[in-house]
Amino acid sequence: MAQSCVYRELGGTSPRYWGLLALLAVPLALGAAAYFYIEHFGHIVTGMDNQIVWGMPHVFAVFLIVAATGALNVALAASVFGKTAYQPVAPLSALVSVALLVGGLALLMLDLARSDRMIVAMTHLNTKSLFALRVVLYNGFLATVAVYFWFMLERRMNRYIKPVAILAFLWQLVLVTGTGLMFGFMVARAVYDSVLYAPMFIAFSSAYGTAVFILILLAVCNWEERPIAGELLRRLKNLLAIFAGASLYFAALFHFSKYYLARSHEVGQFLLFDGGVYTALFWLGQVAIGGIVPLALLLRSRVSRRTVAAACALVVLGGVAQMYVTIIGGQAYPQILFPGMAESSSFFDGEIHPYTPSVPEVLLGLGGAALAAAIIAVALRALALLPERLDPTAGPQA
Amino acid sequence: MSADANEALSRRGFLAISAATLGGVMLAPGIRLIEIAGARAPEQAASKRVRWGLLIDTNKCAPGCDDCVKACATENGIRSTGHPRTDPQWIRKVELKDPRSGRAHSAPVMCQHCEHPPCVDVCPTGASFKRADGIVLVDRHTCIGCRYCIMACPYKARSIVFQDVTDQNPDVPRGKGCAEGCTLCVHRVDRDQQPACVEACAKAGHNAMIFGDLNDPQSEIARRVAKYASTQIRADLKLNPGVRYQGL
Amino acid sequence: MPPHGLLRFFACLLLALPALAFAAERTPKPFIVIDKPGQCVEAAEIMRREHPDMLKHQRDRTMREGIRTRKYSLKECVECHAGAKTASVIGEKGFCQSCHDYASVRLDCFGCHASKPKLASGAKP
Repeated sequence: MAQSCVYRELGGTSPRYWGLLALLAVPLALGAAAYFYIEHFGHIVTGMDNQIVWGMPHVFAVFLIVAATGALNVALAASVFGKTAYQPVAPLSALVSVALLVGGLALLMLDLARSDRMIVAMTHLNTKSLFALRVVLYNGFLATVAVYFWFMLERRMNRYIKPVAILAFLWQLVLVTGTGLMFGFMVARAVYDSVLYAPMFIAFSSAYGTAVFILILLAVCNWEERPIAGELLRRLKNLLAIFAGASLYFAALFHFSKYYLARSHEVGQFLLFDGGVYTALFWLGQVAIGGIVPLALLLRSRVSRRTVAAACALVVLGGVAQMYVTIIGGQAYPQILFPGMAESSSFFDGEIHPYTPSVPEVLLGLGGAALAAAIIAVALRALALLPERLDPTAGPQA
Repeated sequence: MSADANEALSRRGFLAISAATLGGVMLAPGIRLIEIAGARAPEQAASKRVRWGLLIDTNKCAPGCDDCVKACATENGIRSTGHPRTDPQWIRKVELKDPRSGRAHSAPVMCQHCEHPPCVDVCPTGASFKRADGIVLVDRHTCIGCRYCIMACPYKARSIVFQDVTDQNPDVPRGKGCAEGCTLCVHRVDRDQQPACVEACAKAGHNAMIFGDLNDPQSEIARRVAKYASTQIRADLKLNPGVRYQGL
Repeated sequence: MPPHGLLRFFACLLLALPALAFAAERTPKPFIVIDKPGQCVEAAEIMRREHPDMLKHQRDRTMREGIRTRKYSLKECVECHAGAKTASVIGEKGFCQSCHDYASVRLDCFGCHASKPKLASGAKP
């Protein structure tokens, strides 16, 4: 139980910690430079054009945001569903969730073509827009998780954790659903236009978030040689395996439905077989690297920390591949104005649209991820969020 | 209805109606037999009794002809920057071919000015909006360049401006970082002129495009829509566009 | 003079805008030449203080409702205030930009709006 473990800040020798921050400062600085470069010259310096309007920054941003909601799962499992084994790591789970969300939202804001008007995005809200609704949902989610976080850390408030955790759980559910539907409701594009995006994104979110969370947990424990109980590791690996399996199931269902139904058969054919880089990223990235290989690693009965870490890294890579296929592939496939007709025009109707990410875009995206990492690194140093020992001597494991 | 019958009917109807319209408009300056809907004073707001629309007869629209596209570019100050993939396009000619029958035809496609525009639904700031008279516009003062409207539009009618724009038409502000699309030449409509594309099409003698008030049963466009079969692009989405097509 | 002091104060506040900060080696003096003398739509004092509100109010009415009265329209401002030589309200000595540079207030209109009157801009009338 939480009471019986001693929480401690990230220690380590100072140069080592400052070295870590300096390392994170590199992608942060490059990301900032990339932002000012794009802001000054306009999106002309990105690989985006009027056919592919959402590029690499969105791939990173949506990945971070989707992973953010899922990273809270471990904490919610402890606080809502009574899995006390996760209790000691619940604060870390909430921290990772908030950090990923902040990184992703910052990216979305910095990728606006009129990012000088960010204030307009806050002051003018179109209540019918899922995009705008998400601004409300995200801020509410951040606030809820912040309160939840506080209640976890403040012993006197511990007993109120459950109602707040339930609120955070429901909020998380609505948030991921909203993110999924943002794509699913885009009836204009053949790759989207499916409500399956909502449950599929819940599965993706859980897998990516849990993977990032475990990676960070393992990194911290490795950094300071904090022990982890085999039992906790086993539970976490099983949890990730379930989420990775669910992700594969929904991806299979989604692609099958696109391929099977006559009205969307062509786009299904494109994604599964004819899509070139998108097909390769789907099969190799999302299915093999992000699904089958990690499942094979996780489902073995005895696994080391290193194997779990490898599986997590693969799930994250697969997740980025999935986001690329969903976001870029979804735009690369031509919009069909006249079903059944062969279309052509000066605006590239009826063609598969090419896209090559530019260096600044990728740097901006990595900067967002580095921002999330930096928030975690600073918070872990400032706050005692993780127990000294995560093995049975720290307390009874349920 | 076969293309030929449609052609004959619509031409006869068109001649009759244009004669009536010309008579109505040209009786005397300031006096019209048929009041053009929307003729209003500058201080009067656009009325929701009006629904502006276009009727495009693809039977009269020659493949390869881009008079409307050129007129739009001149009117709205859209110039090629030499980067066709990033250049905005407000109106384009889509060449169509039915792979089964081999029938080829061509249609200009621009913002369809939907009754239920997805771009307006998704816009986070409300910059994308529909005017009372059905014209869908972007308020560049509140557009943040998120590009969600471009993602959501089923007609590929929205673009974003990638580079600085200079020498704009004073009536048509355009600039880097904002989404944009066909305005139905709202600045011309507000002073009782036709959109530039429609004017150019008529001037060149094609007469493939008619502009008018769909809500006014006396207008040529409403009478034609009532009489002849016309369709909307992606009618299955039930967005009820204000732009209709004959002969698709 | 107090108004200048106030302007300087705002200038300092807004020096975070690098473009303007670099453009001005020393605080420039506004260059106000009115080539078409006569009465503006309101008295000069009112115009100086309230033109942003007027423009904003007018812009929303024109944009959203299609009300195109000329009195407070930006197009009319440009029509009248464009410099005789440059035919523009922007540029170092442009009517709008020179004063905005002086006050160090970002001039956001002319990224999208034409800074020249219709005939001079080369567009057809």
